This record gives sequence, C-alpha cells and structure tokens, in this order.
Amino acid sequence: MTRLHVQLAAVAAVVCLALAPFVLSPFSITLMNYIGIYSLVAIGLALLTGVGGIVSFGQAAFVGIAAYATAWVSALNGYSPWLGLVFGVAVTCCVAAILGVVTLRLQGHFLSLSTVAWGLAIGFLFGNVEGLGRFNGISSIPPISIGSFALVSSAQIYFLIWGIVAAVLLLGYNLLDSRLGRAMRALRGGNTLVESLGINAFQIKLVTFVLAAFLASLSGWLYAHMSRFISPGPFDAGMGIEYLMMSMVGGAGSLLGGVVGAAVVTLLKNSVQDYLPLIAKGASGQLEIVAFSALFILFLQWARQGIVPFVARYLPKIKRERPQPASPLPRRPQPTPGELLLKVDGAERRFGGLVAVNNVSFEVRSGEILAVIGPNGAGKSTMFNCLTGALRVNKGEIVFAGRPITHDAQSRIAKAGVARTFQHVKLRPRMNLLENVMLGTYARTRTGLFAGAFRLNQREEASARHEALMQLERVGLGEKPFELAGNLPLGNQRILEIARALAADPALLVLDEPAAGLRRQEKLRLAELLRSLRADHLTILIVEHDMEFVMSLVDRIVVLDFGSKLCEGAPAAIRSDERVQEAYLGGVA
Amino acid sequence: MTSDIAAILGIDGIATGAVYALVAIGTVLIFTVTRVIFIPFGDIAAFTALTLAALDAKRFPGTGALVVILACLATLIEIISLIRAGEIRLLPRALLFYLVLPLAVVGAAWLTMRAEPPLAVRLVLALMLITPIAPLLDRIVFRPIADGSVLLLLTVSVALHYALVGLGLLFFGPEGVRTEPLTSFSAEFAGVLVSGQTMLIVIAALVFSGLLYLFFDFTLVGKSLRATAVNRTGSRLMGIRPARAGTIAYLLGSLMAGVSGILIAPVNTVFYDSGFLIGLKAFVGAIVGGMTSYPGAAIGAVGVGILESFASFESSALKDVIVFSLLIPILIWRSLASLHSEEEIEE
Repeated sequence: MTRLHVQLAAVAAVVCLALAPFVLSPFSITLMNYIGIYSLVAIGLALLTGVGGIVSFGQAAFVGIAAYATAWVSALNGYSPWLGLVFGVAVTCCVAAILGVVTLRLQGHFLSLSTVAWGLAIGFLFGNVEGLGRFNGISSIPPISIGSFALVSSAQIYFLIWGIVAAVLLLGYNLLDSRLGRAMRALRGGNTLVESLGINAFQIKLVTFVLAAFLASLSGWLYAHMSRFISPGPFDAGMGIEYLMMSMVGGAGSLLGGVVGAAVVTLLKNSVQDYLPLIAKGASGQLEIVAFSALFILFLQWARQGIVPFVARYLPKIKRERPQPASPLPRRPQPTPGELLLKVDGAERRFGGLVAVNNVSFEVRSGEILAVIGPNGAGKSTMFNCLTGALRVNKGEIVFAGRPITHDAQSRIAKAGVARTFQHVKLRPRMNLLENVMLGTYARTRTGLFAGAFRLNQREEASARHEALMQLERVGLGEKPFELAGNLPLGNQRILEIARALAADPALLVLDEPAAGLRRQEKLRLAELLRSLRADHLTILIVEHDMEFVMSLVDRIVVLDFGSKLCEGAPAAIRSDERVQEAYLGGVA
Repeated sequence: MTSDIAAILGIDGIATGAVYALVAIGTVLIFTVTRVIFIPFGDIAAFTALTLAALDAKRFPGTGALVVILACLATLIEIISLIRAGEIRLLPRALLFYLVLPLAVVGAAWLTMRAEPPLAVRLVLALMLITPIAPLLDRIVFRPIADGSVLLLLTVSVALHYALVGLGLLFFGPEGVRTEPLTSFSAEFAGVLVSGQTMLIVIAALVFSGLLYLFFDFTLVGKSLRATAVNRTGSRLMGIRPARAGTIAYLLGSLMAGVSGILIAPVNTVFYDSGFLIGLKAFVGAIVGGMTSYPGAAIGAVGVGILESFASFESSALKDVIVFSLLIPILIWRSLASLHSEEEIEE
C-alpha cells in the first residue's frame, strides 16, 4: 500500500460522506450529525489521552462552555452565531489555558482526578447560574446561517459538521506528523525523556490540552445551533465519561479512532434504546446506562487497544520512501578540541541525611572520552542526574561551555548542547526509527503548531528527516528506517538512543551505563561506534559500571566511591591504583 | 454571620464531615490495598440508606436481588477462571465464598424480615445485605485487571459508578427516603442545641476509625493488609494473597460506607443517585490525606463537611461548585508534597 492508496481511500470516504444525506433517511442524518459533533470531542481526547497520555474526564465541560457562550451571544443577546463561535472558542480556550496552567504539572492520576473536579464544578455551574436559565436551559437558539442561507434542517447542517470533522482530521494528522506532533507523541515516554530532548514538556502538554478544548468548543458550538436548545444535562460528568469511552473504543491515540468510536458508541446507544424495552419493559432507561457501563468495563478489561489499531494490524503496511537528501540543518559552533568543556566544582547532593555525591570535582575537555566509574552505590547515577538537570546539586557549581548550568532546567541544559541516553532505554516503541531520531532534532528546528498542521514548513521537515537518516546511517541502523523502535533488540535500542542524541548536534554526549545488559558482541559494536564518534571530535562522558568496557575505550577515568571522588587518571593508572582495587574488590589480594 | 450561626454551621459541618470521614477512610483503605480509587463507595452508602428504609417499610429491599445477581455473576467468572487455570479442586471453596455465603446472607435477611424485627436488628440486616456488594464487584470488575495502571482502574471505577446508579434506580426506584432518627435525645452545649443524631454520627465515626486502627495494629490480618498496601509483590512472597487482602479491604470499606449511609439517612433525604456526591466529597477528604493516611483522610473529610456547611449558607446553589473547585488546589498541594518517582504511562 502506498501513500496514494491512503489518499484514494480518504477521497472515497469523503465522497461517501458527501453523498450520504441524499440516500439516508432524515433520522439517520440526524444520527450522523450527532456522530460528527461527538467525533470532534473524541478526536480532541485522542490527542490528549491517546497521544499525550493525559486522561481527561472533563471534556464535556468544555463543550458546555462553548455551547452556553454561543447561546448567550446569539439567543440571549441577538448577535450572529458566528460571533458566538468566536466568543465560545475564545472563552473555552481561555478557561482551558487557565486550568491547564494550574493543573498540568500534576502527576499521573492526580491530573486525571483534577479533571473530574473541574468537570464537576463547571457542570454544576451551568445549572446554577441565574443568567443561563438554570436547569431549564436556554431555548430558541438561532440556526447558523451562511450569507442569507440558514442551516435549519439536519441535512443542511450535516455538510458543515462533517466538513469541519474532515478538516480537523486532515490538519490533525498533519500536525502529528510534524515537529510539534512528534513532541506530543513523546509525552507518554515521561517528562525526563521529553525534557532531555530540549522539549519543554509542560508547554507541549498545555498546547495539547488547549487544542483538545478547542475541538470540544467547536463541538459545543455546532451542538447548540443544531439542537437549538441547551440544558445542563448533555454537559455533565456522565457525558465526560462517554466522550472518554468514545475515544478509547475507537482506539486512543488514533484520530480516526475518535470518529469510529463516536459512531460505534452513538449507534450502540441508539440500538440499546431500541432493543432494551423489548427485554425489560418499563426499566429501559435505567438498564441503558447499566448496559452501557458494563460494555465499557468489558471493553477496558479485554480490548483496551481499541478498534482502529486492531483493524490497522490486518491492513497492508504503507510503503514509505527513504528521505531524500535535503539542505542540512544549522549546526552549533563546536568547541575547539582540548578546550575545557564541562567543569564540575565541589558538587554535593544530599537525600535527607544521605550524602549521595560529596564534594566531587572534575573536568571534561573537548574531544576526549571520560568515564565516571565506581562500585554500586558510589553516586554515579546521582552525579549523572545532576549534570543533566534531572536533579539539582545542593552545593557546588557545574559550568558547561563557559556558562553555569547548575540551576538550569533539563530542557535548557539539553538545548545548550548536552545530549544524553538512558540506562533504562527510553524510546517511543510505537514510533519508527526515523521518527525517534527526528525527536532529537526538536531543539534545532522551529516549525510551530499552525505551520505543522498546514504543512507550511516542508523544507525544514525534509532537512530534519534527512538529518535523522544520516544519523541512523552513522550509527549503522540506516537499513530499515521505518521499523518500529520497539521491535529492535536491546543493543540496537541503545544505539538508536545514541543516534537520537547525535541528531541534536550535541557538544557533549552523556551516556548512562550504555553497556548495561548488552551481550559481548553488542558491547564491542558499541565501543567501536563510540571510538568513531571520538574520531569526529565529539566529546563523550560515560557513566559506567563495566570496567572492561571502559578500560579499552576511554581517555581518562574518574572513580567515585561512597559519593566521593577516589582518584582520576588514565586507564592504566586507575587499573593499578590500590584504592580502586580495594573499592571494587574489597582489599588487595 | 453571628457567632451563633457560625456555631450551628460548624456543628452541622462536623456531623456531615464525620459521615464523609467514614467513607473517606474506606476509600483510602481500598486504594492502599488494591490501588483502585473506588468512586462507588458513596453509592454503597446511599444503597444502605435505601435498604434500611425498605426494611423500615416492611418491604424486602432490592439489595437482596442485587446481591443474588452479583453473586451468580461472580461465581460464574470465578468458575471459568478456575477451570482455565486447571484448579478444579478449588471449586467448592469458590462456590462457598462467592455463591453460598452471599445467598445465605440474603436468605437469612429474608427470613428475619418476616419476623418484623426491631430497629437494631434491621440495622444489622441492612449492613449484612450491603457488605457483599463491593467484594463481589471487586471479583467481577477489578480482579481481571488488578495489575493495570492506576488510571485504568480509575476509569473502570468511574464507569462502575454509572452502572451502579442505573442499578440503584432499577432496584430502589426514584423515590427519596428519609429514615426515622436513631435517637430523639438532644443536649445544649454552650448555648447551641446539638441533636443526638449529630452526636451519634461523630461518636460512630470515632469508634469505627478507632476499631480500624486497632485492627491494623493488633491483628495479623490487619498487618497483612498493610503489607499488601506497601508492596504487593513483596507481600505475595511472604505468602499473603493480594486478592484476599483486597476482598477483606472491600468488606471493611463497605461496612464503613454502610454505617455512614445509616447515619446520614435520618438527616438527609437519600436518593438512588445521592451516593455520587457523598463519595466524591469523601474522596476530596481522602486526597487531603494523600490517599494514604487515615487520620489525614478523616481530617480532610471533616474539613470538607465544614466547608460545605458554610458554603451552603453563603450560596446553596454553588456549594458543590465551591467544594469541587477546592479540590484543585488540594491536588496541587498533594502532588507537590508527594515526591514519587515518575510513573511511565502504559503504552
């Protein structure tokens, strides 16, 4: 299957959708309209929950804010629904931005619980504000009109709704395939990973969050002007769950899944309403929600992946072409070999009463490979985390390329030119090799939200793609750039992380136990790769456990023991140092 | 606001808060042992009130049918999973726990019912009928995904709440109930009249929290529950079965929720869907305690009760808005306070 096939399928789908109102009964068209309106929210949730990993129970509140805003503007104050659109979107996005700034730093389930909280609070607000009709809602909302043509019947508004859905899908897929989209897709890998690539994780989360709210506001606007009447009911917490269900059923993380999920849930709900009265007379209303919740629970227990990813597995893979040569990305000025690059001066880090790193000082000169070694618990990892900004030192100073970075955030240190790898490999297993390496180019590129969604900056994208391919080839993984990263063996995953780090054009490459868990052959390959990088004048700092691996590779070694620096020198000198032997072997034999 | 009104509101708040505290402690108990944020606890409390009301009206409560249905489902699932695991010798035990025991409870309640028992017996009956529900739901809903992420469990738990609300309407009907006060006693403290019901609520909350404390600190089962809460794998290696610990936690939690339901029924009119707000407010309290501390949860819940009481005096329409908006700053505070390592999100 090629790209052309995908495009043909998309065109066919659009044609079918465009012809549908001429074939379907009015009732079916109304149903389709609801599906389209719910799809918008579900697509937003697919971005937020599926892609970004932020589970939100509160999207219905955003739909409600926009619906009430446009109803207030058009029904209560007599302005045009289009003004209602602008107002609704603006209010919703503002509320989302404020909520996002306040809550998005929360971790894991705390964040999701906060969405329950504000979802409920906003939901209660609709029914209790005097000016918004309390529980009676707002009626006689005018229809949307284009020029003098009012979209009154369901067949008329159908085209507007599905036009918006199609546009959102197109722009959404463009976005996910752009610089910002890749950053969003990296969010699930955790903050440490994202920040290590020079990406401000909080900012990306906020953008994703507001984007999801924006889609919900479009949905709310359409809803208000289609049903011409609103009340608090359709925006309560229960509906918030239903939206979440739609996006999960369709396949969280898949935008198309949002549409499929909205369709499945809406049609299912409709047929449940049709058939339940046949089974249980008089109790259908209650049973509906029971049947629905039960189905959702069963789904979460047994088929969490969702429909679209499940179907996609059986479709032929899309054949993609290798990236073409393109103009290179700008490079940072590299330090002259032999120059002082990194200086750690009297670093100290405490955890309560434990001093994990105690008054450690050392220097890294440009073009060398320096290893920090030491037995278990020597403070290597803590030292490493302080260098990359994952932890702060309590005392002392760290200077990189003449600039103090002691108190800088991780992403700033990464932008300054320190690229790192992880002891426990942090890749995005569902993204391919090329995309994983392209994540590394984030700090070197500029394409933003709009340019990404509208594909305005294809030159830069091509450059980034080419750069990523070159780095893959440099480390020897250039054969299959479209393989999923999760399919690689551990040794190659480590090497892929190095390629990603290289794509950031670093001045200093910091490797956290790169040989851990590797087989002998893999270690040899890794050592060879690192030597070839040194030949290119790259400076490398390795924190390592494996003496054999380090001894034959590095120029200088710093030995830590119990948090303090034991000694420093060339490998041969370290090997014969009695203090090192004692630290490692517990005494000279 | 005069000091008199403030005192009345304060006492009112403490009483409401004490009810929330019982549910909050149950929520913390379940969360620490099973990692499930059990939103439906409020529903359990409301169902207890409805059960008691039905018993008072000499009707057999819908709870019985609910327990029977859940027991049959749980038994079916247990049998299937035992057969799959090839552990057929465990079948009798499973039948005893998942089918015979719940049915025996329902049967006993039905027989006792016919003798038109006094209030004290009816209270026991209501609690007996309500306690099997949560453990059975645990078997049906949560056990198959016990090792899932907290977020997955939370999503399932929210869905479960909606199922229970539907079942509540089906089994109890749409009418609200208010049961007879448990006592008509009242006393005056510093010029403010305090009803016996209020005192009873506070005393019950204190007694049950105290009992729970004793259980955890002085019994082996209690200690095994605490061990499971700290480290599931570790306690499994020590021969503690997390599933069994979970069942005990659900039983105890339901008991707490049941007691709170009985206490609140004479004070507030309880509907089939009243549980959600009770559960969520208790939950706000539980979060104050970081979802791990029992005293923290109790203090938080009382705080929520007092806040709600004053908020409803200022603006009765917006009291829920105020309470839930307050959750956000609390969450931020808790999230900053808990320095837990980053949990990677499930792929």
